[in-house]
Amino acid sequence: MGWKRKDLLSMRDIEATEIAHVLDTAESMKEIASREIKKVPTLRGKTVVNLFYEASTRTRTSFEIAGKWLSADVVNFSASGSSTEKGESLLDTALNIEAMSPDVVVVRHRASGAPALLARHLKCGVVNAGDGAHEHPTQALLDLLTIREKKGHLEGLNATIVGDVTHSRVARSNIHGMRKMGITVTVAGPPTLIPPACQELGVKVSHRLEEAIAHADVIMMLRLQHERMAGGLIPSLREYSRVWGLSLDKLRHCRPDVLIMHPGPVNRGVELAPEVADSPYSVILDQVANGVAVRMAVLYLLAGSKAA
Amino acid sequence: MSTTYREKAQVLDETALDRALTRIAHEIVEQAGGGSDVALVGIKTRGVTLARRIAGKIAAIEGAPPAVGALDITLYRDDLGLKAEQPIVRGTEIRFPIKGRTVVLVDDVLFTGRTIRAAMDALMDLGRPRIIRLAVLVDRGHRELPIRPDYIGKNLPTSRRESVAVMLREHDGVDRVVIQEPTEP
Repeated sequence: MGWKRKDLLSMRDIEATEIAHVLDTAESMKEIASREIKKVPTLRGKTVVNLFYEASTRTRTSFEIAGKWLSADVVNFSASGSSTEKGESLLDTALNIEAMSPDVVVVRHRASGAPALLARHLKCGVVNAGDGAHEHPTQALLDLLTIREKKGHLEGLNATIVGDVTHSRVARSNIHGMRKMGITVTVAGPPTLIPPACQELGVKVSHRLEEAIAHADVIMMLRLQHERMAGGLIPSLREYSRVWGLSLDKLRHCRPDVLIMHPGPVNRGVELAPEVADSPYSVILDQVANGVAVRMAVLYLLAGSKAA
Repeated sequence: MSTTYREKAQVLDETALDRALTRIAHEIVEQAGGGSDVALVGIKTRGVTLARRIAGKIAAIEGAPPAVGALDITLYRDDLGLKAEQPIVRGTEIRFPIKGRTVVLVDDVLFTGRTIRAAMDALMDLGRPRIIRLAVLVDRGHRELPIRPDYIGKNLPTSRRESVAVMLREHDGVDRVVIQEPTEP
């Protein structure tokens, strides 16, 4: 029961009861978004540092709003134009930031494991906001919150994750989180973009989109990074879109209550047809709204925990 | 680790508890002059149950029940990070405007007054009530803030080390209030 960790680094580390606790806390936070004055005094006098070594608008803004609604002081530290370009190492930067006594540091880094490294060296709480192709736990938590909200429960559902699973930290975090919450997960995509030992994570693998989504309660479309094409992993965007893109036509064989999710930003017309992105099945904007609530919950639990 | 308690004395039984709530309902109606601008806001968790019961009794007197809301004060606590475990956020559900209304806060036990301070702050963030009043089932003393209840079910002198347990049918299967003392001296 409750939350006892100093950091939130991965969905793989945390238990189902802890996931449920974050989701319950986030659900209570949602009410604040509907207020005229969107601010509670909870984290007054606490400092949250956003340490982003990779471009991100959505996630950084989401953490920033979450911190501000809880009255924390939120400071953004972006790597470009800073000490990093002058040759300072990640750890030195972090120790310098620590010397300014923050309560929580939110880290995004292109290297897998960077947040875990910082967590070992810093006394304050560390949140992984995406590390390389490893994990993005708050994204998985907001996805789970959205699914639970729409379906009323998680246990027993079928979810299909479609696209570039190999390079996706969103997929990895969701696979761990969904499996722990009793969701059956299928991953689908071209063989070049599905990791060979994927089954070891307890997921089914499919190489046919129609078959993979036929019984799904949730379809999660992943963003196709354009650089994958240069790497020769897909023949062309057009072909990828034709075979693996979700169109209204392909949706015809799905469950009538299917949820379409996407972690954003959407490549309209590549992985998701515009009519699908704007259809009533799409919960993409609910995901964004729930992102703030989940991050409020995480900041609350980390900044207030005795371990921090 | 955590202190264990044993029951020392029963303070209210089912009948006495019900009678106390009936009296509070009458006092609220009397002071409000039968106006319909009174809203009851219970402090989670047992305060909400008490607020619903008082609302039922006001309905029996006035014909219509007052609006009832539920307030979670967790985000307004003054002891964040001082407790071993983060208190659970349970969410606020007040689905009516409180601006310009008489709001009666309802809680089970009034002790240091810190919960009520947090509740007033939380309420003010949602709007500007005309009046805030306070109804409690048990006032056990030991205030740490200048807060005084308007409606009291039972004044109960206690020592600081004792604890007051309010048990309600909806949560505990029984209606009674007891004083408990720690098993370790």
